[in-house]
Amino acid sequence: MDNYKGVLVFGEIGDGKLTPITIELLGVGRKLADDLGEELSILLVGSKAGALAQEAIACGADNVYIAEDSLLDAYNSDAYTQTAANLCKKVLPSIMLFGHTDLGCDLSPRLNGRLGGGLSMECMTLSIDSATKALIATRPVFGGNAHATMMSKSARPQMATVRAKVFAPAERADGRQGKVIPVEDKLDASALKVKVVEKIKEQVEGVKLEDAEVVVSGGRGMGSAQEFTKLRELANVLGGAVGATRVACDEGWAAATLQVGQSGKVVSPKLYIAIGLSGAMAHIAGCLGSKYIVAINKDKEANIFNVAHFGIVGDWKEILPPLTAKFKELLSK
Amino acid sequence: MNIIVCVKQVLDPEIPPAKFKIDPETKQVIPPPGVPPVISVYDERAVEAACRLKDKLKGKITVISVGSDKAADVIKHAISMGADEGFVLCDPAFENLDSFGTAYVLSKAIQKIGAYDLVLCGRQAADWGAGQVGSILAEILAIPVITLACDIEGVDTNVRVKRIVSDGYEIVEAPLPSLVTVSSEIGLPRLPAGVRLMMARKKVIPVWKAQDIGAEASQLDKGNAHTEITGLSVPTRKIECEIITGATPGEAAANLASKLANLI
Ligand SMILES: Cc1cc2nc3c(=O)[nH]c(=O)nc-3n(C[C@H](O)[C@H](O)[C@H](O)COP(=O)(O)OP(=O)(O)OC[C@H]3O[C@@H](n4cnc5c(N)ncnc54)[C@H](O)[C@@H]3O)c2cc1C
Ligand SMILES: Nc1ncnc2c1ncn2[C@@H]1O[C@H](COP(=O)(O)O)[C@@H](O)[C@H]1O
Repeated sequence: MDNYKGVLVFGEIGDGKLTPITIELLGVGRKLADDLGEELSILLVGSKAGALAQEAIACGADNVYIAEDSLLDAYNSDAYTQTAANLCKKVLPSIMLFGHTDLGCDLSPRLNGRLGGGLSMECMTLSIDSATKALIATRPVFGGNAHATMMSKSARPQMATVRAKVFAPAERADGRQGKVIPVEDKLDASALKVKVVEKIKEQVEGVKLEDAEVVVSGGRGMGSAQEFTKLRELANVLGGAVGATRVACDEGWAAATLQVGQSGKVVSPKLYIAIGLSGAMAHIAGCLGSKYIVAINKDKEANIFNVAHFGIVGDWKEILPPLTAKFKELLSK
Repeated sequence: MNIIVCVKQVLDPEIPPAKFKIDPETKQVIPPPGVPPVISVYDERAVEAACRLKDKLKGKITVISVGSDKAADVIKHAISMGADEGFVLCDPAFENLDSFGTAYVLSKAIQKIGAYDLVLCGRQAADWGAGQVGSILAEILAIPVITLACDIEGVDTNVRVKRIVSDGYEIVEAPLPSLVTVSSEIGLPRLPAGVRLMMARKKVIPVWKAQDIGAEASQLDKGNAHTEITGLSVPTRKIECEIITGATPGEAAANLASKLANLI
């Protein structure tokens, strides 16, 4: 275990750039590496990876491993696991960090299974235990009702996934020095069993949920698919997006991609308006970062009132239409 | 078509947050009295996915659960939905296992069951929600894994899965046998009813201990756990919610709009 050293970030590339979460991972990774007095490395994969090596160094990486293979251009669970596992067996990182993204959620548990490490997902804090030099991670459990502290005594690498915007992005410094190291291993194509046959993008009306400044979310209390569409009106007036609870998605009132919560999207708009939803912790986990939470619920005991800044106790049917009308009037001025 | 589904019994995740209590000393959750444990939500949908495949293709569904002797209830629930048989994996050595330990026990049980085409898991357990037992299990069994299924479209020599990603879907294929983890988007589970329900209630669910599946003590040793829970706390939030009122609901709504318009 003592021959495991340093922090390795699994980098993600989007639109020819390091994705924002990757830069955040380099930020927290740099801090952990400094606390350990060890190096920060990043693995970048795909045929365009080399072009981003200097950028990764500017963002704090001491070593950039480049696996330039066109088989790695799009995510494939088998190909990525193989590449990352081979590298880990060589460089023996003490800590490995992933985004809690589509990629990280699929890759990290599998890689962990292959390497026999210790993985904690969706971490909210990461630090180094001064006595043992082990990673201390906290993560939500029981749907966000509790927080657990996780440690790996002897399993290495210690792995963690973190959500976007939990950590500050790395500070960029153009003069920084670092090494660029090509990954020599070629992929064993015969071991690639899983095939991505097709990708289908879900078209959403209006603003993207993750980017919206205002989110209007509804739950079971909306009552039907038709009633649910009334949220769209308010969202449009506010230039915002519509979100939903899992129940609303299960009922088919909203597309699965609109689910907010622990197992859906995490949003942090200025204003989150929660209508006819109880505020289960698993839902709240997706909107706690909002500047203002507003609740409209007929049950004054509903948990949503424990996390909301403003609220109205009442039937949304009597509140939403005048609310939408008043906003229209105010915002047209 | 032989399908094995891994299901976990958990504290009912729908208890109101006010009833959620922990013991920080033992790092365990104290179940509220009178609230029976349930089948983990995603695992119930994995059973549903298995039943849909069986409706189309025939075959056999076997359900396994690592847990206490009470876990027979979740096996019975799965049988009432359409599963054929199930086993509870219960042994003092199986208590409080980490993800690797759980996956190891499941792998030994699956090897004992024998031939299978598909293993289904939930995407994440509704209690500790590590989100990794399925993937580790696939690695131990040395079979492909496809995570976050929202539909299992077809099975022949390959399994064809629609999986959910943040901006839509992906269609992914893997040769059998494979492991698939199921997400809630697969749709609501069927309601057990009638004869099946009666039959499942009466069924005796066999219990397998460590020696029945040939699980080695060294693999279950807590001293070798890959991850350890060293602390547990309940987050405190102190937000004073300002309740907006008015002579009529309409007036309250207008007051709220005026207030918010100034803030955004
Ligand atoms: C592991 C796990 C992960 C989960 N992940 C998520 C997730 O990502 N996102 C998510 O949302 N959920 C998630 N859940 C589910 C979550 O626990 C709740 O079941 C769900 O959020 C409840 O949805 P709801 O608030 O719409 O329904 P309910 O809890 O049934 O609440 C409906 C509310 O509507 C109110 N209401 C009814 N009629 C009216 C009316 N006319 N006017 C005003 N108010 C009215 C009621 O008072 C009630 O408070 C998860 C659960 C688990 C176990
Ligand atoms: N004790 C258990 N018994 C049976 N299956 C389990 C158990 N724990 C986890 N699983 C399976 O693994 C999935 C992921 O669990 P986890 O990694 O703990 O979040 C669950 O949805 C189950 O399908």
